[in-house]
Formats: sequence, C-alpha cells, structure tokens
Amino acid sequence: MNESINLKPGQINGEKGIWEMVIGLEIHAQISSKSKLFSGASASFGAEANSNVSLVDAAMPGMLPVINEFCVEQAVKTGLALNAKINNVSIFDRKNYFYADLPQGYQISQFTKPIVGEGEIIIDLDDGLQTTVGIERLHLEQDAGKSLHDQHPSKSYIDLNRTGVALMEIVSKPDIRSPQEAGAYVKKIRSILRYVGACDGNMEEGSLRADCNVSVRKSGEEFGTRCEIKNLNSVRFIIQAIQSEAERQVEILEEGGKINQETRLFDTSTGETRSMRSKEDAHDYRYFPDPDLLPLEFSDSWVQKIRETLPELPDSLKKRLVTDFGITPYDASILVEEKDYVDFYQKAANGKDGKLTANWMITELFGALKKENISLSNSPISPENLGQLIALISDGTISGKIAKDVFAEMMISKKSPSDIVKEKGLEQVSDDTEILKLIDKVISENEDKIKDYLGGKDKLFGFFVGQVMKLSQGKANPGIVNKLLKEKLK
Amino acid sequence: MSNKESIVDIPTVNKIARLSRLNIPEASKQNLTNDLNNILGFVAQLDEVNTSDVKPLASVTGHKLPLRSDKVTDGNIEDLVLKNAPESSSGFFVVPKVIE
Repeated sequence: MNESINLKPGQINGEKGIWEMVIGLEIHAQISSKSKLFSGASASFGAEANSNVSLVDAAMPGMLPVINEFCVEQAVKTGLALNAKINNVSIFDRKNYFYADLPQGYQISQFTKPIVGEGEIIIDLDDGLQTTVGIERLHLEQDAGKSLHDQHPSKSYIDLNRTGVALMEIVSKPDIRSPQEAGAYVKKIRSILRYVGACDGNMEEGSLRADCNVSVRKSGEEFGTRCEIKNLNSVRFIIQAIQSEAERQVEILEEGGKINQETRLFDTSTGETRSMRSKEDAHDYRYFPDPDLLPLEFSDSWVQKIRETLPELPDSLKKRLVTDFGITPYDASILVEEKDYVDFYQKAANGKDGKLTANWMITELFGALKKENISLSNSPISPENLGQLIALISDGTISGKIAKDVFAEMMISKKSPSDIVKEKGLEQVSDDTEILKLIDKVISENEDKIKDYLGGKDKLFGFFVGQVMKLSQGKANPGIVNKLLKEKLK
Repeated sequence: MSNKESIVDIPTVNKIARLSRLNIPEASKQNLTNDLNNILGFVAQLDEVNTSDVKPLASVTGHKLPLRSDKVTDGNIEDLVLKNAPESSSGFFVVPKVIE
C-alpha cells in the first residue's frame, strides 16, 4: 500500500493498483395514490392484515386490472422533472416468478416500452461540486405483498395489503462513481419526488428503497461483472453497502478470482453484503405483454397540461435563492432539500436580511428542532416570528446575544419576539448618556484596574466591556460600549 | 403441420417446467417436446409475412386502455379474500416457511 496516494472518493487502493467503482441504482418509489395501481383497494400503510385487498389483488380468476389515472399522471410528472423523454405509448408486461406474497404469479411491470425514457439530473456533492447522472428509464409496476417469517417456527405469514400498490422504478445509468455520489443521487431523487408530490419519500416506511448495482474496474478499462444489492432503505446503508461490496470485489479480483453476477443482501449488523441463496433461474422472468391490458396511450396536449402543473424544482429554486436573497450556494442547497424548508425560509426572509435569516434558520432553528425531535411543520416558531426576530436584530433593537435568549423563549412560549422583548424589557440600550452612566459606575468601582490599564495592561479593556455589559444585563449595545469606553480611557 | 427445425428439446422442457413449478412425468416429456415444437412451428409461419409497414395491433375494436380515477372503492373483505386459503391466522395467509 502506498500511503502517499491521494484517493478520490470511490477509489480503492488495492495491492495491485487503484480500482474505481461503477454504480447504477434502481430506485423503487411508492406513488402517493389513495388506491392501488390496478384495483380500488386502499394503498395506505399500516392497516389490519389483508384488509386493503380486493379480489383483483388476491388474483382471483376472472378479475381484470383497471389502471389508476393519478398514477399515470405522477409517472409523467416525475419523468418531466427528471428532464426525461415521455413515451406517449407504453406497454405493460408480466414479469413471471413464484413467491408466496405474489398471488398472481407475476408482477405487472413495463419491460420493452416504459412510460418514461432517458433523462438526467444534477446532483450536489458535499464539496459544493455538482455532477450529472443519466436516467435510463422510469416505469410503472406493482408492489408485492409482505411475508413475515418470525411469527412461527415452520410457517410464513402473508399480508397482501401492499400487493398491487403502485411503484415507479427509476433506473439510473451506470454513471455513479462513489458511494457518496450514490447517496447524493438518492437524496436528489427523493427531493424531486417530494417537490412533485409523486411520492412521500419516506424511507423508514419503505416508500422509497433502492437496489444498487456495483462493479469495480481499473481506470479506463471495460465495466467489470456486477452484483446487485437488494432493498436498501436508508442513504447511510446505501453508502455502507456499496463501499463494502466494492472492497469485497477488489479482494476477489486481486486474488485472481472471478465475480459471480448475483443478487446480494446487505446485513446491517455486520455492515457486509452476503449472497442470497443462489437462484440460477431467478432472472429468467419470461416477460410477455399482459393480455389483460391495452397499451397505455396519451396525447402531447395531455402531457403539456401536466407540465403546467409542475412546481418550481430544487435546481431552479436554489439559483433563485442565491440571486434574490444573497445567500451562499451551500446554504441554498440545504434550504431547497425540502419544499417546506424553502417555503418557510421565503416567508421568514421576506423583506429581511436574507443571509442572517438563513444562518438563524439553519443553525439555530434546525438545531433546536432536531434537539427536541420536532419537524419544521410543527415548529413552535412561525416563519413570521423568525422574520420578526431577524428584523429586531437588524435594526439594533436587540443584540445577537439577547436574540438567542429571545429565541429560546420563543421555542417554549410560541410568543412573538417583539412581545417577549417588551415584556422582559430587553431592548438594546444604544443611548450614549445611558451607557456613559454605566461606564462611569464601572470606572469608579474599579479604580485599581483602571490604573493598571492606563499603565499598559491593555488586556483589561475586555474586562471593562464585560462589566458594563453585565451591569446593563446584556442590553447595552456592545459596539457603542466599545466606542465610548475607548474614548473615556484615552 | 411439421416444423422445419426443433427449437425445444427435453432440457428446455425441464427448465420451463421448473420455472412454472409444474411436475411433468418423465414419460410425457417427449410428447410435450414434440407438441411445443409443433406449436412454435405453426406460429413461425407468421414470419413468412412481410410486416415491415404494419403497425402493431393491440385491439381490433379500436378501444383504448380505460383509466379509473384514484378512489378507494374496494377492500375490507378479509373473510372473502382468505376464504380459500388452506390455512390462515389473525387475518394472515399461513404458508410453509419461505425464507432466504
């Protein structure tokens, strides 16, 4: 190992040189519809077992699927937000496999002609850089049911509530080169889905999950054989799983071995991937067009109508926040992560110092909410009140230090900052004569130290400022105290 | 209707049977292989027609895929859904353990 080599993210320094990762992601996003993709049963989460199941979902003979218009709209809307080609004609295929939670024996999916074709998105990396990731396709498909294996020693319990719920599978091109980029990609897709309203992006409840295809190669060489890590439901696990899988592959290749193309699972307790029981026929899905469903067709004008309902998307909003409010691109990228962050910020910063508002929102408000485990939508401090606090700081009514006390009070009492300032008499004292009175008092009480200061102990100046501030209970304007004290002690 | 070339052999029949979870008696495999080849040969005659200018036809009636609005109109029929299940418990289907 050569210690002096500076590795880029996604590079692995092996015994026999530097390897790079090639990563592609398949994201499964549950569409935020009320009912399922092909049946009128509820798509809600957490209902009693098998209560959200229609006879279509249970695959009873003779039942016919009828597609949900809202789900089609959301797929098109998402496709437009991914700058992707919308296919006015797409086809539903049957993907055949046997599993206990798949009563049809096939999943209705789209294979040869998906509803959305190629597109691309820009992802933001930690160092402020951006990179583009290609989208291969987006298609509509049904989710499977849920199997519980821990209820009985020799039986599995099956709940079909999730069977037939609408998913969008978003497939990236193999453009991703590091676990960090993969994480940023998932965050960006999640953010876009939430802006568009197509998916709530809730990874804990499984509304958004990712399969990661990982291979390694020496720089400039052909793609290596890939492995697919299934069903990752957090950005942290995605990053860990890719890193550990790539390291595993490098080790095998450097020992002269070969990578088997296979499906692997990430074990969150060990942080490593392991092979799923080998299923040599697993990928032989024998797709064919679903004879129960005609091709899905729509007109350009229908697509145009949907385009007109698209909200302003994160990339454009980010640019606008930088231009309109003078904040840094980094702060802007944090604020556009979630739609409700931007909405809150724009209300709070309206007519105020944009930079100061961004600082207070990101550092103080987000910090306090995280500590209390409250979401922004339940914030005890309204955007109007945060804006008012910023105004009170900007116009000198209160100091930044007092503002922190007022902020803490706002978190508890939900009162407006001006009410708190009035009630507690916290207005900053900027009046010269008021402050001079305090300075005189401090001088008369500290005659010894004044002598030392005048004798050359410059460091004592800070002590005098502190005493004056203390005497004013923190309300004196520190700038004016400094100025007047300097004049007084010349 | 004899086929020009055999596409399906016994190993292919074994594979399809396994994927379809069908248990095919050894004695019927040769007949099934012949049947499949005959069917494929019959369908292969369509390849003789020049279809380069013909659009794929999904419906002879001109019907389009019907769409429904996003409303909950079904469900809450656990008893009906579970009625044919060989075994069920607390609203779940119960099957032999299927764990990876």
